[in-house]
Amino acid sequence: MIPVEYYLVLSAFMFTTGVIGVLIRRNAIVLFMSIELMLNSANLTFVTFASFLGDSAGQVFIFFVMTVAAAEAAVGLAIMIALFRNKQTLNADEVNVLKW
Amino acid sequence: MIPSLQDLFNILPPVIIGAGILIALTLEMFVKPAKKIIPHFAFLVFLFTAYYSLMTMDKETYSLNTLMSGGGLTNILYFIFTFGSAIVVLISYDFIRKKDIVSSEYYILLMSAVLGMMIMASAKDFLMVFLGLEQMSVCFYILAGINRRNLLSNEASLKYFLLGAFATGFIVYGIAFIYGASGSLSYLVITNAIVTGQNITFLTIGLLLFIIGFSFKIAAFPFHMWVPDVYQGAPTTVSAFMSTTGKTAAFAVLIALLLPLFTVGNYQIFGPVLSLLAALSMIYGSIVAIAQKDIKRMLAYSSIAHAGYMLIGIAAGIPAGSAGVIYYLLAYTFMNIGAFGIVAYLEGVEETNLHIEDYAGLANQKPVLAALLSLFMFALAGIPPLAGFFGKYYVFVAAIKAGLVWLALVGIVSSAISVYFYLRLVVYMYFRENSKTITVFDSSYSMLGIIIAALLVIIVGVFPNTVVELITHFIS
Repeated sequence: MIPVEYYLVLSAFMFTTGVIGVLIRRNAIVLFMSIELMLNSANLTFVTFASFLGDSAGQVFIFFVMTVAAAEAAVGLAIMIALFRNKQTLNADEVNVLKW
Repeated sequence: MIPSLQDLFNILPPVIIGAGILIALTLEMFVKPAKKIIPHFAFLVFLFTAYYSLMTMDKETYSLNTLMSGGGLTNILYFIFTFGSAIVVLISYDFIRKKDIVSSEYYILLMSAVLGMMIMASAKDFLMVFLGLEQMSVCFYILAGINRRNLLSNEASLKYFLLGAFATGFIVYGIAFIYGASGSLSYLVITNAIVTGQNITFLTIGLLLFIIGFSFKIAAFPFHMWVPDVYQGAPTTVSAFMSTTGKTAAFAVLIALLLPLFTVGNYQIFGPVLSLLAALSMIYGSIVAIAQKDIKRMLAYSSIAHAGYMLIGIAAGIPAGSAGVIYYLLAYTFMNIGAFGIVAYLEGVEETNLHIEDYAGLANQKPVLAALLSLFMFALAGIPPLAGFFGKYYVFVAAIKAGLVWLALVGIVSSAISVYFYLRLVVYMYFRENSKTITVFDSSYSMLGIIIAALLVIIVGVFPNTVVELITHFIS
């Protein structure tokens, strides 16, 4: 059996990749993909702990996370389309009518 | 355990709002004059729920297998959400038509966001917290961008969405660690896990990530960067809604989770972290607000400072502090909705009349509005006997009781700084000549909402003891 630490290290690595992606990338869609990576690393952690503890609550939780992520994706992409129609760019550095 | 009808009855206020959403959606689909009906319908639903929450306050129950709680403190929070939203509906009615925003959806999204907040406030389990938080946040993202032909609104919406989803990532990852450490998603089990001290490292990591995520949502200092842009770019009434009820919901979760952790003791790492966040938010918000010329942006920085004052009450870690925070939230909700309501009233069809210069000489042109705006500014600055003063007073006293004298001092200094920019607006309105008269669209609905908010600010400020005793009674 693979020790539980391996999964935790992998998910921590995924989470860090996601955070760094949000901080350094500038395209709104890539930012959103990085955020999805963060959510998925949380899901991996949940499954790891649920399997390790022999408890089903964590596995149920990830279904909710996935559903919510889908809802967020729908809203987020709609927002990006609305912005693109007005501005013809999705580069976060050019979206600067308001100061960051 | 299978949920029964009694379970639904125990959490009736969110059920009423949920039913209201479904009815409003159906009306929107099938009834021709829905545009006119839905605002009134939403207002009545909010008002009835507020009334019902107050009436059933003394029955404290759990529902759905201790996933949610009803009665007591939860109902006080329900009252803040629903009554605040009722006033938001009043100030929105003419604003939405002035801006030509699709109107039915706006009110349905308001109700939907309030349902999310209610779930957050009543949650006793991380699953419910997560669901409520996401329901609220997703509605906020849409509401911020609901004026979709306007570039500012688009931009506010995108920034809010990206940073909000980023914060959600932290929250979910934090919950995963808390779950791993305690083996459960329920608050009660987690408190026990802290008492026994099992897996304390994972628990600390999890709670820190959770607090970081929520610091985004309450707009505390290092995680505040979205606040000015979003509050400035979003439609003004939406900013009023997000900055008050949204903040209340996030604080409700923090209080429900952290107060038991502090009171079981021997878990002192979060006190310093929260104190630091509070001190930095207060100082940063107050100082940067001075430099702002745009009224909405100034109110956004003031909102960061207020998040700092409220965090003092939580950092104190005693029930009196949390009671102070809830009193503060009640006061802040009405004074900030009132202030944003007047800004929305004066705003033109395009983004005009938002500069501080535009308010020069307002006292001659609109004496009533100028007087009311001065009242809200005095309340936000914390001048007695208005509600804002006692909010600050209670959290500062709690901090001193908990031995955080330095934090109370920082709070007092930053209040003194903040008086400058609140009163500057009053000075502009009363003592500056107006170079040009601004065009204002009169609205009796908005006026009514603003006057109700003003009355509440005065009432809550004149009888602070009654309110705080009620809250303290339910907290302990």
